[in-house]
Amino acid sequence: MDTEILLEMNHIRKSFDGLSVIRDISLSVRKGEVLSIIGPSGSGKSTLLRCATLLEKMDGGELIYLGEKAAWEEDGKCVYAGKNKLKELRGNFGLVFQNFNLFPHYSVIKNIMDAPVCTAGAPKKEAKEKALKLLADLGLSDKADAYPYQLSGGQQQRVSIARALALSPKILFFDEPTSALDPELTGEVLKVISALAAEHMTMIIVTHEMQFARELSDRIIFMEQGVIQAQGTPEEIFEAQNERVREFIGKFQ
Amino acid sequence: MSTVTMLTQLGKGMISTAEIFSLTLLFSLPLGLLVSFGRMSRNRLLQAVTRFYITIMRGTPLMLQLLVVYFAPYYLFGLNLRGYRFPAIILAFSINYAAYFAEIYRGGIASMAVGQYEAAQVLGYSRLQTFFKIILPQVMKRILPSITNETITLVKDTSLAFVLAQAEMFTMAKQIAAKDTSMMPLMAAGVFYYIFNFVVAFAMERIEKAMDYYR
Repeated sequence: MDTEILLEMNHIRKSFDGLSVIRDISLSVRKGEVLSIIGPSGSGKSTLLRCATLLEKMDGGELIYLGEKAAWEEDGKCVYAGKNKLKELRGNFGLVFQNFNLFPHYSVIKNIMDAPVCTAGAPKKEAKEKALKLLADLGLSDKADAYPYQLSGGQQQRVSIARALALSPKILFFDEPTSALDPELTGEVLKVISALAAEHMTMIIVTHEMQFARELSDRIIFMEQGVIQAQGTPEEIFEAQNERVREFIGKFQ
Repeated sequence: MSTVTMLTQLGKGMISTAEIFSLTLLFSLPLGLLVSFGRMSRNRLLQAVTRFYITIMRGTPLMLQLLVVYFAPYYLFGLNLRGYRFPAIILAFSINYAAYFAEIYRGGIASMAVGQYEAAQVLGYSRLQTFFKIILPQVMKRILPSITNETITLVKDTSLAFVLAQAEMFTMAKQIAAKDTSMMPLMAAGVFYYIFNFVVAFAMERIEKAMDYYR
């Protein structure tokens, strides 16, 4: 088994207006691993993901991608790497948002191939071929020239997964990827994520889909009130002795 | 004066009106974007300066602004500029309309969902790319109806250039009406303005339609 550590987060702290949302969280993710983060609303799951993807500035802690520091602590303050370094490190990961955030004025194909061409310097022809292949893999070949508003939520989310994959990320983050979808459409998105797991894509998934997390994950983290209350294999979590974990999971069954 | 002569005279005035109109748009639309950047800047001083500028432009009559811009070089610095009349008009109109456009841009930019910026950031777009490729096209679509409004007002506002005796259509109409003691020239000018705005509204509608390919 490849044990290369792709992401390391050490002693992450984050508060909003004096309210501690993340208190001293550490985790690491190995290549090929699928990590799910579960927990009640307001437990800090999404904030943790946003810190990892550099959308939120941490108050303290260390963020390391493939051994390279994106952020670290100096004199009790969180210091971030320079602009160019961060741009380079961003290339390591992709993020799939809860509400897709596709670019509405771009067609599906342009949504997928624009970033590789404009930010990663890929040749247009190559980027287009790759985008078409991704669309084919995701069963959206006939939607290449459609605009996001013409698609269902499930289709939009699949396009946004394709958009993230087009940049060949080493890690893919999902921030509640099915929370904006009705149950009927949830399945088609989960199927795509499962297929990625089968291809050993490294993924960190914040989700409320308990059954899905249980089947797919190598490891599950249960967060509450800004700390990791429990973590382990799906079996360990779902048959946990931890009272809070049992109570939380019980609500979903 | 015969009707044909009158219409020819007004037509000449119309050319001047159209010049003021198009040059003002040409300068004030980009200038307004710059001003809106200043207004939204994190730099407090820049923010205060642009805010003051906008209040002055919106808070005083455009006619007064025209006079100030035209006469200031002479009264303040004793400069006797030849051929300054037309540039002064364009300058005054442009800085006035830029203030209004700036506020429209600002509203449009502020209405954009933060998720668009975040998606662009994660995908590696630079700040400039994010603004010009992702944000601005969507903002333009959103603010187009407000821009149309201002544009139509501008057509009518060009008549204010008469205070500097610019030979635009309104000035011509006023002169002919006084000379012939007739209301006809004024009525005809009204029809001209109406047609001008009809064309403007039609063009703006076409642009709106062209942007209708997405929601």
